Amino acid sequence: MVKTEEKTKIREQTRRILKRLSRKRGNLIPTLQRVQAGLGYLPREAMLEVAKFLGIPEIDVYGVVTFYNQFRLNPPGRHSIRVCLGTACHMKGGYITLDAWKRRLKIDRGQTTPDREFDLDTVACVGCCVMAPVTVVDDKPEAKVEPTKVDGILLSFERERQKRGKKKR
Amino acid sequence: MKAIKPTGIAPTFQEIKRQAQARWRELQGARAVIMVGAATCGRAAGALTVLRAFRDELKKQNLDLPVIEVGCMGHCYAEPVAIIAREGYPPIVYQQVNPVIARRLVKEFILGNDPCLDSVLGALEESELVPSLADFPRAQFEQKIILKNCGYIDPEEIDHYIANGGYSALAKALQLKPEKIINEVKKSGLRGRGGAGFATGQKWATCRQAPGMPKYIICNADEGDPGAFMDRAILESDPHSVIEGMSIAGYAVGARYGYIYVRAEYPLAVHRTRIALRQARKLNLLGKSILGSDFSFDIKLFQGSGAFVCGEESALIASLEGRAGTPNNRPPYPAVSGLNGRPTVVNNVKTLAFIRHIVDKGAKWFAGIGTPNSPGTAVFALAGKVVNTGLVEVPMGTSLRQVVFDVGSGIPKGKKFKAVQIGGPSGGCLPESALDLPIDFDSLAEAGAMMGSGGMIVLDEDDCMVEIARYFLEFTQRESCGKCTFCRLGTKQMLETLSEFTKGKGQIKDLDKLSELAEDVKAGSLCGLGRTAPNPILTNLRYFRDEYEAHIREGRCPALMCPELIAYYIIPEKCELTCDACVGTCTVEAISSHHKKRYKIIDQEKCVKCGTCLTSCPPQYNAIIKVSPPSAVPD
Repeated sequence: MVKTEEKTKIREQTRRILKRLSRKRGNLIPTLQRVQAGLGYLPREAMLEVAKFLGIPEIDVYGVVTFYNQFRLNPPGRHSIRVCLGTACHMKGGYITLDAWKRRLKIDRGQTTPDREFDLDTVACVGCCVMAPVTVVDDKPEAKVEPTKVDGILLSFERERQKRGKKKR
Repeated sequence: MKAIKPTGIAPTFQEIKRQAQARWRELQGARAVIMVGAATCGRAAGALTVLRAFRDELKKQNLDLPVIEVGCMGHCYAEPVAIIAREGYPPIVYQQVNPVIARRLVKEFILGNDPCLDSVLGALEESELVPSLADFPRAQFEQKIILKNCGYIDPEEIDHYIANGGYSALAKALQLKPEKIINEVKKSGLRGRGGAGFATGQKWATCRQAPGMPKYIICNADEGDPGAFMDRAILESDPHSVIEGMSIAGYAVGARYGYIYVRAEYPLAVHRTRIALRQARKLNLLGKSILGSDFSFDIKLFQGSGAFVCGEESALIASLEGRAGTPNNRPPYPAVSGLNGRPTVVNNVKTLAFIRHIVDKGAKWFAGIGTPNSPGTAVFALAGKVVNTGLVEVPMGTSLRQVVFDVGSGIPKGKKFKAVQIGGPSGGCLPESALDLPIDFDSLAEAGAMMGSGGMIVLDEDDCMVEIARYFLEFTQRESCGKCTFCRLGTKQMLETLSEFTKGKGQIKDLDKLSELAEDVKAGSLCGLGRTAPNPILTNLRYFRDEYEAHIREGRCPALMCPELIAYYIIPEKCELTCDACVGTCTVEAISSHHKKRYKIIDQEKCVKCGTCLTSCPPQYNAIIKVSPPSAVPD
């Protein structure tokens, strides 16, 4: 459950983002894109604010959010992992790569790890078909990601985390 | 050709062009120019680190030379690619450049006189030193029109585009009557490159005649086809060609506003298009009274949100209006009643990119390329199991065999060709016997595939046809918007049947049921998504029925791909006892040594069939094989 304080915070943040945007009904999708860019996801409170702002029924906002793949309802992790499942990636073993991510992160597609470090999802195609199989790690397409490279990428994140931890101390 | 009014368009544009050319010459006049292919695919291969390496090294050597980011040349197999145009040498293209090679090129080629021939792909001009790209066997089959600039100009510099002939078609068009332009496009025979192949001139004429203001031009860059990246490459490498095409279209049909609908999954295309729009506005090539004429036109960029169905024009319009992207019944066609109920032309990126060439060189020139019913060139994104992956532009009528084997140089690793998948989830897999088909809208449709937007994936003997059909159905099932019952439930049912097959379950009579259902879904769906979703199954059943039967009757996957129907096995006689490459790489620790004889054994219970062991086994032993059905593993 989201706490009341957090709810108020989300509402405030959303309102701040909305302030600069136009109130045209047709702008619903760009508006949601902006809000998601700011919050990282679209929680219930944010959707309610958007509906109020544009003067449209809440269900219309929810309908659009759940229709498009880009919008997410749960908070993202610190690092985003997007496994490309375009035709070329799939045929060159993208499904095996996805399995490897699932196995290592212990989550399914569309989920975030409990420590909110990683979120895992698939993407229909990022258009880097010749580098198949591709995984987009934090918006950067990584070429030829096979199970061993999955381990390699995770290892580099782990080292980074250790470095961060040392600095803190 | 009669000018409608003797405006100041020509002199205004001449001045813009003169300045652009001066800057372009200045760039070319540098002692050396380094161009790095930094489209998304280049970046995935490491183009940005190469770019940094070039800049660092130049700085270190105290050289002030231009290093520019260009788009995609189409030779994606050679990424990251860099072109160096150095005084006294033809411009040379380097392949698979890494930071080490980049530094070496600066030190030995730019400072010294050694062109580092070991990293060369080819030269852009004839010379005795390096073979030119034009002498490559593939160049015989290619004809670059809309890809001509891609990879050779900086997409973030409007000057580069103008200096290479850009926007002169717009300046010319503004001095012609709109009807004359529409007639020219009609006469050229240009057909929409989004897949369906509708006559572009016809669409424009309908929109021009339709009542209602303001009218709109929409550029469809929602390239949702998994396995296609032509539109991305064009927007990332030559965005102005699309903007110019849209402006001419706007002038021809009398539109005031334009939208470019780009997938949000293409952040770089979005970024570069935004820059291009800003630059065009600054030079009054967009905006109010373009180049002093009485034509005003502006373009907005709209980011799609990841829904395949939005590539369908009526769904795309719904999405632009801020609603869920579900298609509407047509007619009325968007050309009559589209965005906000106003007449709207929706054209694909490539279609619009052709426009300036047609206006520049005339309908006759365009109609002379390709075949009578499908004039012009076709752009394909060639990927999958083929040596020379990348972007290909060939005249319509070129055979599939020429594209796969001559341009693409065939199948890597000596494997056998099995099929070529065209048109993504709406297309089909064509076998060896169909390879001599000429590529054009009608022949491909006859063979059961579809031109589609131009994704071409080559499949070899290791690819399972049942699995690829299942893959496409999984995609269309997920992307079905749910409006039509046949599409919503039919794709689900077809997917379930195919999934059973890939697990070795199901019955032979299911095959007939499957094709019957496929025909029904085709007939009972409103838009292109549902109407073409069964194509992968239907072509597969037509050409590869034996593979389906092997799955069902024997529980065997002939291509050794379906995870549930295969097992990995280490041949004890071949396994080298002192080597344990596979043990270390196995991601789930399923491999161990035999307690006495020391050869390796795979624990079939633990194995997740990722294939890492197979790639890690040194080629001199080659001890690991795949078998199907799994019961073929000896005890």
